[in-house]
Amino acid sequence: MLDNNQLLRFTTAGSVDDGKSTLIGRLLYDSKSIFEDQLEAIENTSKQKGHEGVDLALFTDGLRDEREQGITIDVAYRYFTTPKRKFIIADTPGHIQYTRNMVTGASTANAAIILVDARHGVIEQTKRHAFIASLLQIPHIIVCINKMDLVEFKEEAYNKVIAQFEEFSSKLLVKDVRFIPISALLGDNVVNRSENMDWYQGAPLLHTLETMHISSDINKVDARFPVQTVLRPQSEEYRDYRGYAGRVASGVFRKGDEITVLPSGFTSAIKSINAHDKELEEAFAPMSVSITLEDDIDISRGDMIARSNNKPEPSQDVEAMICWLHNDPAKPRAKYTIRHTSNEQKAMIKEVIYKIDINTLNRKPEDVDLGMNDICKVKIRTTKPLLIDSYRENRTTGSFILIDESTNETVAAGMVV
Amino acid sequence: MSKYYLNYLDELESEAIYVLREVWAQFQNPVILFSGGKDSIVVTHLAKKAFFPSKIPFALMHVDTGHNFPETIKFRDDLINTLGVRLIVGSVQESIDTGRVAEEKGKNATRNALQITTLLDAIETNKVDCAIGGGRRDEEKARAKERFFSHRDDFGQWDPKHQRPELWNLFNGKHFEGEHFRAFPISNWTEMDVWNYIKRENIEIPSLYFAHEREVVWRNNSWIPHSEFLQLEENENIETKRIRFRTLGDITITGGIESEADTVEKIAQEVAAMRQTERGNRTDDKRSETAMEDRKKQGYF
Repeated sequence: MLDNNQLLRFTTAGSVDDGKSTLIGRLLYDSKSIFEDQLEAIENTSKQKGHEGVDLALFTDGLRDEREQGITIDVAYRYFTTPKRKFIIADTPGHIQYTRNMVTGASTANAAIILVDARHGVIEQTKRHAFIASLLQIPHIIVCINKMDLVEFKEEAYNKVIAQFEEFSSKLLVKDVRFIPISALLGDNVVNRSENMDWYQGAPLLHTLETMHISSDINKVDARFPVQTVLRPQSEEYRDYRGYAGRVASGVFRKGDEITVLPSGFTSAIKSINAHDKELEEAFAPMSVSITLEDDIDISRGDMIARSNNKPEPSQDVEAMICWLHNDPAKPRAKYTIRHTSNEQKAMIKEVIYKIDINTLNRKPEDVDLGMNDICKVKIRTTKPLLIDSYRENRTTGSFILIDESTNETVAAGMVV
Repeated sequence: MSKYYLNYLDELESEAIYVLREVWAQFQNPVILFSGGKDSIVVTHLAKKAFFPSKIPFALMHVDTGHNFPETIKFRDDLINTLGVRLIVGSVQESIDTGRVAEEKGKNATRNALQITTLLDAIETNKVDCAIGGGRRDEEKARAKERFFSHRDDFGQWDPKHQRPELWNLFNGKHFEGEHFRAFPISNWTEMDVWNYIKRENIEIPSLYFAHEREVVWRNNSWIPHSEFLQLEENENIETKRIRFRTLGDITITGGIESEADTVEKIAQEVAAMRQTERGNRTDDKRSETAMEDRKKQGYF
């Protein structure tokens, strides 16, 4: 593996019936990422269950309950590497009650694989997955039209799905959509090019994942540095050192940049950027560094450093799309803790503007109860200003979670409109 | 291609440092669970980088089964001295002596499961609210479900079916008195990533990982080191083999593999060509299909 290889995170949406587990199993198997003892275990289980051959879907089973019930309950992460890239798969369950898991897996993904059964075409579940991918602004969507072997590998089935998908996705905000006809069961166009579909000129799935351009997936324009913690060493040598530690959320910072610290508004210039004992000329997202400034200003966790000519908007009133993640429904006008970058404030949901019917994508202004898996547009009021960007511009400074103070549970995920 | 992108190792490193700083910011008294194995060594190295030029602001906590490789203990003590951090030892022997746990009996007896009680006791007595571990999601199927910030109730238990969703990089470490968290900064690393990183960063690791001559016994498909704790069966013979260890646990359960790899480079090459998973030589995982899940629910690492 080459040293400059990148890391690509993708999520797979779909249910067992779509062949999602089989697809992941196939990707791992054909890219030789499965070990002999794992294969042996799966072969034994396949035999016990009376399956013919090796059931690749068994690779993705995790917890005891999942093995017993044959379903995926929670997001599971899988890893594989090819000579071109390292991959992280967030394997998320496809059942309706598990929207929260899909949202979770989607939140950090560069790409989403959406599985469609070639026999059934685009169904409600497909729309739901595509909607969540667009809501979470996953930069690349790959629609895999699976089970092509069951429609005699015919191009018509493939074209039909494309037409259906494009018809409803025009309502969504997706930048890069690709369509690949595959058979996860037989391996066609997963790792190896299919010999049964000459009419398909595009690349197989793995090649697509290996080569798609992802360097621009992170915002490299708006420089934002949320301060995680302040480093003040107790040693003689570094007595005057005051480093602001954090991970660049977006954009690029250079030595000498004129910066503004928010929310205080104090200005200064970057004196040094350090990564461990190395001094750097510049730092870009998502690097973890520490920054020192020319002036001694009071800065603490939750503050944000931005370039003086490009700052986020401080605001106490936030309009956002939120996905409710908890069994207990939202309490009207209840106070929650809002966590946004390294900042934490009290917040209140002032108003639910509308709920989205995720099957039809219709807005329902009359339905304003927020329960598990609901996706709504809301108005939130915070006790102090948050330093926000819109989620569309910036997935890091445009996202937040809500925490219920009485249970400490994470109850909602939010994306600033 | 733009020059503004990180390679996979830099991105994993940056993510781990972010997690470690988040732990420091969100908890009162975090510790690093240090076993002397390569994963906890890498986590310690990352902590050094995360807080430089400050010292690592965490104590290292070692759960000592009493069945150690002497090399591990020496390595631990040397590292503690170099870093100038505090060491907390939770002793399984003490848990046995005070009657908190009972020693397993028979040929395959180990102290592996006993560690859970010792670990939870050490966490409670030292008022630890976050224990940072070197667990990786690629290791084992129950670990594949772990969060970066993983909640433990006031009995130290993990409830895998009711975990807090973890979105973006927004970690929620809020907890009530008596509860604690486990944090896993290298969740997204694979065994290969760990070796490539050790190689790149030139990180010192115990000699046990390198090929060496050792007295061993063939048991459960791997070479178990001969030690005072091992009860020999009649048909078992002590042999001398050139082996190395792929993972390090306590001496009674860690099987070695025959190998000639005596440098980090050779190990990385060997690992890349491996066709068996790393925990395949750990008898603790072989007890049942869900051995790891069952132990983790009770509070295991």
